[in-house]
Amino acid sequence: MIDDKKIEDLENIAKQIRIDIVKMTTNANSGHPGGSLGSADIFTCLYFAGIMKYDAKQPNWPNRDYFILSNGHICPVWYATLSQAGSIEYDELLTFRKLDSRLQGHPTKSFLPFVEISTGSLGQGIGAAVGLSIGLRIKEMKNRVFCSVGDGELEEGSTWEAAMAASHYNCSNLIVFCDRNGLQQNGNTEDIIGLEPLSEKYRAFGWNVLETDGNNIQKIIEAFEQAKLSKNKPTIIFFKTLMGKGVDFMENDYQWHGKPLPEDLAQKALDILNSEKNLPNPPIPQKNQ
Amino acid sequence: MNQTMNKRSTRDGFGRALEQLVKEDSNVVFLSGDLNDSLRMEWARKISPNKFIQSGIAEQNMVAMSAGLSLAGLTPFVGTFGAFMLRATDQIRVSVALSNLNVKFASSHCGLTVGQDGANAQVLEDLALFQALPNFTILTPADFNEAFEATLYAQKINGPVYIRLSREEVNDVSESPYDFTKASILRQGSDVAILTYGNLVNQSLQAAKILMEKESISVKVVNYHCLKPFDEESLIQTAKECNALVIVEEHQKFGGLASKTCQVLAENYNCPVEIVAVEDKFGQSGKAEELLNKYGLTTPNIIRAIKTAIARK
Repeated sequence: MIDDKKIEDLENIAKQIRIDIVKMTTNANSGHPGGSLGSADIFTCLYFAGIMKYDAKQPNWPNRDYFILSNGHICPVWYATLSQAGSIEYDELLTFRKLDSRLQGHPTKSFLPFVEISTGSLGQGIGAAVGLSIGLRIKEMKNRVFCSVGDGELEEGSTWEAAMAASHYNCSNLIVFCDRNGLQQNGNTEDIIGLEPLSEKYRAFGWNVLETDGNNIQKIIEAFEQAKLSKNKPTIIFFKTLMGKGVDFMENDYQWHGKPLPEDLAQKALDILNSEKNLPNPPIPQKNQ
Repeated sequence: MNQTMNKRSTRDGFGRALEQLVKEDSNVVFLSGDLNDSLRMEWARKISPNKFIQSGIAEQNMVAMSAGLSLAGLTPFVGTFGAFMLRATDQIRVSVALSNLNVKFASSHCGLTVGQDGANAQVLEDLALFQALPNFTILTPADFNEAFEATLYAQKINGPVYIRLSREEVNDVSESPYDFTKASILRQGSDVAILTYGNLVNQSLQAAKILMEKESISVKVVNYHCLKPFDEESLIQTAKECNALVIVEEHQKFGGLASKTCQVLAENYNCPVEIVAVEDKFGQSGKAEELLNKYGLTTPNIIRAIKTAIARK
C-alpha cells in the first residue's frame, strides 16, 4: 500500500506532465495530445514510483531497465516525463517538433540518446522489445524491458507475430503495457476494426494478462508490481484510460488523438489543469525562436 | 581459399562464414523465418545452437527482434529469401536503418536464377530499396569465396549491412585480397568496360574472353562487390579509360547498379552506357539457364551490348 502523501506527489507530477503536453503540442501546432494526456499517470508511475530502473543523466547506464515507446506518437508524455526526471532541460520541451530539436515528432535514436530505438511506424517497437528481452537473457543480464503500445496499434499484424514469439521464448523479463482508451485516429477501436476480447486473445497467446484503471496511481503501481512477479510468461497490462484525461472538453473524444489545441483552447485547458491542484508555479519556458 | 573450378553458391559461402563467426565471436546470433536450411545456417547451428533464434514464418517480427537483439549488444545475422526480406521493409527502414543498428541481412535466392519457384520468389527489386536507405552497406558477392569474405567483413562493420546471395552454383571468379571499400577489377581492358556483380560476373568474364580471342576487343571487367558505399572514383576512372560501359546485373534495370552508375556519370563524366538487366518485367518458372536466356542476361546478350556501346563511342 502506497501512502496518501506519495500518491498526492505522484498526482502532482502527472498534472505537471499534462500541462507540459498541452504546452508542447500547442506550441508546435502539431502532435498527439489525446493519448499523451491519457497516459500521463502511467508514465508518472513508471518513472517516479520505483517501477523502472533508470539513471536520468546516463541514458546508457548498463543496469537500466529498457524502455521502448512502440506507440511513438505519444512521445509528448514521454518527453514531459523525462523533463520531470531531469533527463531533459525544461526549456527544451518547447523545441518539440522544431527543426534540429532532439525532441522529434516521433522518438528518433540519432537525435536523443534516451531513445533506445526509433519508433513511430506502429507495430515495430513491441517486436524489438521481444528481441531485446531474448538478447538480455542470452547475455545473462537481469534488466527488464518495458514497452508501451497503443490499443489501435494492436491492429498491426506484426504485434501478433511478436506476441507469439514472446510466449514461445518465455520472455518473463518483458512487460508490455497498453493504453486502452478505446479510441484511435478515426473513431472507436471497436468500430474501426474490433479488438475485443483483447485480454482473452493475449491469454490464448500465452501471456500473463493484467487489467486495471490506467488513470489511478494506486492501481497502476500495483499492476506494475504484479507484472514483475511473472515467472515464465511475458506480461501485458491493459490500462483502461481516458483519452484527453484531465481536460474535460478533450476527454474521450478521438478528434484530439492527433490534433493540438488551438491557443485559446490550450489556455482553457491549462486553466482547468492548474485549478485542479496546488502546484508550485511551474517555470514558464521561453519560446524557442 | 584456393580458386578452383568447383561450382559453389554464394549462400554456401555465407553459411561457412557464419559457422566460423559463431566460433570466434560470442556476440553473433542468427535468425531465420523457417529458412535456416536454405540459408545454410544449419552449419553454424551445429556449433552454437543457443545462438540461433527461430522467428517462424514472420519476417516482420524477425527483423524487429533482430533490432532488439542488437540493442542488447549482440550482432544478429538475419537470413531469408530476398523476396521475403522485402516483407519487412518498414521494420528494416524504421527499426534498423533509422536507428542505425548493428544488424546484418542475408538475402538468399535472389534473382531469376532461383528458377522454377517463379516470379514471386525471384527478387529483382531488393537493391532499389537498400540503395535508397541511409546507413546501409550493401555487399553483392560474386562467388563462394567472396560471399565468405563479405560475411566476415559485415561482422566488422558497426551498422546495418545487406548481403545479396544466390542459390545458383557458379564458378569461382573473385580474387583476393578482398577489399570491399573498392571495386574489384577482375580483368584489365581498354576498349570497353563491363560493370557487374553477383552471379553474372561469370558471364561477363566469359564475354570479355570471347571478344579478346575472336575479335581482339579489349574488355575491362569490374566487379562491384560493394554497391554502397559506392566506389565512384573507380567508376569515373574506368569511364575515362574505356569511354564505353556495359552494366550487367540480375536485377531490374531500375534501382540497381545501372541506376547508380548512370547517376554518378551524369554528375561527372559523359560516355555511352548499355544496360543488360531485367527490363521492367517479372520473371516466371523455368530453369536458371532458360530464364537468363529468356530475359536477355546471357553471354551473347553481353557481347551484343558491348558492340553497341563501342559503336556509340
